Amino acid sequence: MSKMKTITYREALKSAIREALQKDERVFLMGEDVGHYGGAFAVSKGLLKEFGPGRIMDVPLSESGFTGAGIGAALAGMRPIVEIMTVNFSLLAMDQIINNAATLLHMSGGQLNVPVVIRMGCGIGRQLAAQHSHSWEPFYAHVPGINVLAVGTHEDARGMLLTALESPDPVILFEYTSMLNLEAEIIEDAGAVDICKAKVRREGIDLSLITYGTGVYKSLEAAEVLSKDGMDIEVIDLRVLRPLDEETFLTSIAKTHKALVVEDAWKSVSISSEISARIMEKAFFELDLPVERLCGVEVPIPYPKHLEDASVPQVQDIVEKVRKILKP
Amino acid sequence: MKKTQSKSKFPVSKAEGKRLLHQMQLIRRFEEKSAEVYTETKIRGFLHLYVGEEAVAVGVMQALKEEDYILSTYREHGHALARGMDPGAIMAEMYGKVEGCAMGRGGSMHLFDKNIHFYGGNAIVGGHLPMAVGMALASKKQGKKNVTCCFFGEGAAAEGEFHESMNLAALWDAPVLFLCENNLYAMGTALEYTHSEQQLEKKGPTYGIETATVNGMDLLEVMKAAQKAVDYIRETGKPYFLVCYTYRFRAHSMFDAELYRDKAEVEEWKKQDPIPQFKKYLLKEQLITEKEIASLEEAVEKEVAAAVDFAENGTWEPIEDLCRFVYSENQEP
Repeated sequence: MSKMKTITYREALKSAIREALQKDERVFLMGEDVGHYGGAFAVSKGLLKEFGPGRIMDVPLSESGFTGAGIGAALAGMRPIVEIMTVNFSLLAMDQIINNAATLLHMSGGQLNVPVVIRMGCGIGRQLAAQHSHSWEPFYAHVPGINVLAVGTHEDARGMLLTALESPDPVILFEYTSMLNLEAEIIEDAGAVDICKAKVRREGIDLSLITYGTGVYKSLEAAEVLSKDGMDIEVIDLRVLRPLDEETFLTSIAKTHKALVVEDAWKSVSISSEISARIMEKAFFELDLPVERLCGVEVPIPYPKHLEDASVPQVQDIVEKVRKILKP
Repeated sequence: MKKTQSKSKFPVSKAEGKRLLHQMQLIRRFEEKSAEVYTETKIRGFLHLYVGEEAVAVGVMQALKEEDYILSTYREHGHALARGMDPGAIMAEMYGKVEGCAMGRGGSMHLFDKNIHFYGGNAIVGGHLPMAVGMALASKKQGKKNVTCCFFGEGAAAEGEFHESMNLAALWDAPVLFLCENNLYAMGTALEYTHSEQQLEKKGPTYGIETATVNGMDLLEVMKAAQKAVDYIRETGKPYFLVCYTYRFRAHSMFDAELYRDKAEVEEWKKQDPIPQFKKYLLKEQLITEKEIASLEEAVEKEVAAAVDFAENGTWEPIEDLCRFVYSENQEP
């Protein structure tokens, strides 16, 4: 048995960045406030001192400019980690991500691959109101040419970045700011993880709870509660939102015959819409019941805590939804 | 007076003069041929021609070395040809054939050739400027001495990405040549309707960037200005902003009825056509004979015809291959 250690999500992210910088001279981190400030969320605190300003680059508030520069540096042989402070600001860099990073390989007939990694702080839960609480996973997962990862666990916070840097093509990492202080146990020598498969985080036979990002721990907690009522829930962490690994959830449904998809993003045209459609296309006759979804309420996220909490699925909501499905 | 200045400061040998004239003539005739085959519906999509602006591409390219990076716009056939891209590969690209420089996936606006460091063919105005800064930043980090030359039009100077890129390049001392081809119209809207400050060269110094302007209709002047810019960048590692005043003789694209400018204005600019101007110079300096010009033009006709033949004889990519190049086939980064 490997030894375990307790680590925060923030520490896991940071040790991945540090390892990447140590391992490969081509890697550098660029982003707003990553250096002197120590990272808006203290993820890169201390790294400027350790690696110097050539590897930890503070950049001006020019999301399109520095994201494009990261893409250019990747084209010219570097392995930049571009940090967009939060997903909310990534809208200003969308031209670069979609028109350049995602299309260059194709437009050039396979000549120009873009090995850039873009990290974004993401999600809801800190009372930051409508402009700072977005969940844009569905936007980016819509686009062919990029790899989209949701860092839903400490294990993935420690390992996904390292594998992302091995990818010849652009990778977007969604990191969840509400989880930064959350502690969990991971194996002591945790490192790179695959970035192509979904993962069964809890095995069960009664229902497949399919989720990603902040939904993973919430769903696991809900599954624990439900297990006391004798309901055996399987929790699947999608992890990779593009290209989607269908096999894992289709296999699960062949076993449980029931599915609930949980996410923070708005319900319409979301990851859950896609999952639901694929289940319908490929596992319709495995289903005992229609696929159910529990998603973000379709409202700009409000500031007051009670309204913010009510905007996305909480543990109790998941518990109640599953109960309704299994014991109507 | 101008002539003697050019000659004394920038002498052109016989061979060089012929090579330069050949390049400009090739671009001119290649573009005219492209328009012709477009009307035959052999080329589709957008087609933006470089006719009139040849002296800029050819002049700037003379200052660049093999290891330098080039990024361009959707009006880039001239840059690609002047850089040495095979005319057949460009024509085949516009035909959408596999033999095209981007396997037909890009078309007229997306010419790419990694081997000659030609990075597009970028069709979102201003979108390639940040990438150019990043490529130059990479060169700096890698200790390379190469220059990244980024062509764009004056329309791009109204984009936020222009300003972000100028700031980043100056801030990071990135060896970028910002090469603005100011042809006075952003598609069909004149400079006066789009820029509060129409002397775009004033924007360079506000970022602390060394800046110059040049008459983009005069090949020798462009060569001189570009050489000075590139020398400065190589010496200091810093960016440089060069604004070339030029003019496109043809419409913005094949869909443009040219309602926004006078025919008389176009005719006036045609008096400055860089090709007859340069021919005149070469003849005057006895660097070329009328007979040599005729045989050069004949050679260009053959080259352009060969490019069309090459494209005509090209092959269509099988539909089964549609989804290639979305992700790298070779997973090695």
